[in-house]
Amino acid sequence: MVFFGLNRHFVRTKAITRLLFTVGVITWLALVFTDLSILFSSVNSIKPDVPIWLPGVILNLFILSLFYYYKLKIEMDEVLNFVDLLWRVFATGLIATVTSLALRLVEFLLNDTKLTTHIVFKDLIYLINLGLMLGFLMMAFSAWKRLILYQKSKWLLRLWAFFEFGLLVTLIYNSFKFPLVEWLYGTLLGIFVVVGLVLSGNMKWVAFLNFRQKWTSLLLLLLTVFYLLYIFYTNSASMESIGNDSPYLTDYRHHIFILSLIIFVTVYSIFSFLVILFNLPTTSVFEQKLEEVVNFQRISQSIQTEQSEESVYNILLETSVSSVFADAAWLEINSNAHEQKLFTYKITDKESHDIINHLNTHHIKGVFDQGSEKTKNLSKHLATLKGSRFRSILAFPIYVKGGNIGTLALLKELPEGFNKEMTKIVSTFSNQAGISIENFRLMEEALQNERYKEELKIAKMVQKSLLPTLLEQDKDFEIAAFSESADEVGGDYYDTLRINDNLVSIIVADVSGKGTTAAFHMSQMKGIFHSLGQRDIEPDNFMIQANQALVYCLERGSFISATYFIINTQLKKIRYARAGHCPVLYYTAEKQNLEYFKDKGVALGMVRNRSYSNFIQAYEFEYKPGDLMVLYTDGITEAKDNKGEEFGYDRLLSTVKEVRSLPAKQVQDHLISKLYEFSGTDIIDDDYTTMIVKFN
Amino acid sequence: MIHIKRLQEDGADIIALIGEIDASSSIELDLAIAKSVGEGFIKILVDCSALEYISSAGLGVFMSYIEEFKDRNIKMVLFGMSDKVANTFSILGLNELLQIGKDKVQAKKIVNEL
Repeated sequence: MVFFGLNRHFVRTKAITRLLFTVGVITWLALVFTDLSILFSSVNSIKPDVPIWLPGVILNLFILSLFYYYKLKIEMDEVLNFVDLLWRVFATGLIATVTSLALRLVEFLLNDTKLTTHIVFKDLIYLINLGLMLGFLMMAFSAWKRLILYQKSKWLLRLWAFFEFGLLVTLIYNSFKFPLVEWLYGTLLGIFVVVGLVLSGNMKWVAFLNFRQKWTSLLLLLLTVFYLLYIFYTNSASMESIGNDSPYLTDYRHHIFILSLIIFVTVYSIFSFLVILFNLPTTSVFEQKLEEVVNFQRISQSIQTEQSEESVYNILLETSVSSVFADAAWLEINSNAHEQKLFTYKITDKESHDIINHLNTHHIKGVFDQGSEKTKNLSKHLATLKGSRFRSILAFPIYVKGGNIGTLALLKELPEGFNKEMTKIVSTFSNQAGISIENFRLMEEALQNERYKEELKIAKMVQKSLLPTLLEQDKDFEIAAFSESADEVGGDYYDTLRINDNLVSIIVADVSGKGTTAAFHMSQMKGIFHSLGQRDIEPDNFMIQANQALVYCLERGSFISATYFIINTQLKKIRYARAGHCPVLYYTAEKQNLEYFKDKGVALGMVRNRSYSNFIQAYEFEYKPGDLMVLYTDGITEAKDNKGEEFGYDRLLSTVKEVRSLPAKQVQDHLISKLYEFSGTDIIDDDYTTMIVKFN
Repeated sequence: MIHIKRLQEDGADIIALIGEIDASSSIELDLAIAKSVGEGFIKILVDCSALEYISSAGLGVFMSYIEEFKDRNIKMVLFGMSDKVANTFSILGLNELLQIGKDKVQAKKIVNEL
């Protein structure tokens, strides 16, 4: 809808301009007709058919139509740039001048014939020239208006409105030949000339021209001024020659509007010409500033678009070099405490190292002094370096999160080549680069985090799949197991294996550490259990061999705690070894006694040589129907409530005591529900794993 | 959170652990011990009297130095543990691999006898 609305508006404006153009042509023809008829009458001393004030009114109507025609035409064209505007004015001037010259040629060719000396012919020529001049003036007026109001303030807008409106009002004044009051006329003209002069002071647009545009503008303005002067001259000359013969002539010389316009347009053209001329030498400075802004933007945006920190560094190098006209630059980034990475621009690595070494060996403080916050201009120190083409150096520290990550050094072949201004610019750049790099690192971190989370998800899946879905059952015992892992995956593992009709092996283990490595070690433990646990092997032997196998894959500081059992249903005996795992909680139904086993054993991976056999031993006990064995991992005993208190061994014992005579599954359910009740939250920070064996 | 203080007494480096050692703070413990070793101490006493909790990662740090210390003849004695912390050490069997004294006096005696 908006689009159609705009389109309609555009079409309407176009129609109006056409209408105004037609009105302009008609009024001009009317002006010629009335003026000539009055002149003709006066020459022939007959009373004219038309009132003598009519040509004046028609002239003003002509002016009015021109005024609105150009106003609409210029305002409609929103994409016009400054040079385009000047070009339009120039072109209008050219047409006016060429036409006027052509008339002159006609006059010249008809030289001395009766026609050329006839006042009516002269008047016709004059009227054509007047029309051309007014067209040219109105065009220039509209164009200058746009230039003046390019950067507008309230005050400027008001002044312009006064100027424009005032000028239009004078048209009324001029339409009716009020008795010419000399002082009023003088005052009005004076006011408009002064306002025009004040408005002519607005030349801000000049600053936005680049060097090339300035040259073009100078040429266009110069020619425009020439055209103006030529047309003024032509008009005033013909006025001179006719004016004396006819008192009724439409004389523009007393027309406030036209006079004000002539003065304003000429003054502004000349002013613009001069201002551009004087601005030429400083153009490069302005262009430079503009480039700085663009460069600055590039650095800020590089964070969103660039793939790596390197690109940010390279952009920093490029922009700072181009901003201060440096000849070369390097960027030294401390990737860690001992290693520096060098990024260079228009300088070889060797050259930069030479300079760095030179400054270091001469103990010149401050250049690459990481503690120094100030940027330093160290030109004089390079003078002592032979064989280097550079004579000026400027060094800046780059900070990320308050820490110095590197140094930016700019080089020039000229001695004392950097001024204060440049120092400021590049220090701003390096600050911005610091921010960009910081943002970049934050983003990387976020990505890394995301990747880590994804990894954890996989680890959790792996861990879940490593736990058995089915546990060995026997007429002698029943087993229930439960494992719930925290967000951060731990490495709790339990499993059962039947060796033969009478023997069943059971393991419960806890891998130290969390995440993928824990899941990985857990799978190793499973592998060990499934290979060693197949045979009837002594539990302590199992641990010794497992330890030997794990020594080569557990990294420094990692270990696995485990308890391994072999249940012999024929002898009703259990042999086991505990390698640093949580002590077994055992209920003896016969004695109604619930207690933790007191035994010894070092966790797997802690002793990484054959002497491990000294730190592990096997134990044996008999089981009877009704007995209960509770296996668990430290996630249970270390579960905390909201006050930070641990669930602990005592609470575990008393909780089991409450349900000691129930079946395994019910013991487990009770324990787990008590545990969640205790911690008061569903979010656990370690794995909860239990394995309950109930003997029948 | 862990706060680690170091002070030297009779040629021994005393590392005092204040607070809790979990997976993240165990790195600080590792750094403190490594620093002490790096500075050339061969008698290291670890004051655990203000240690409230130690996770398996923290225990792993102690464990990881056992063999290195044996090879380089560096003596490390832990002392002043609360019952709870001592229990964590003994469940894993670390009490058999590490020297643990009751208090500083006893710890010094052990370190000098070794």
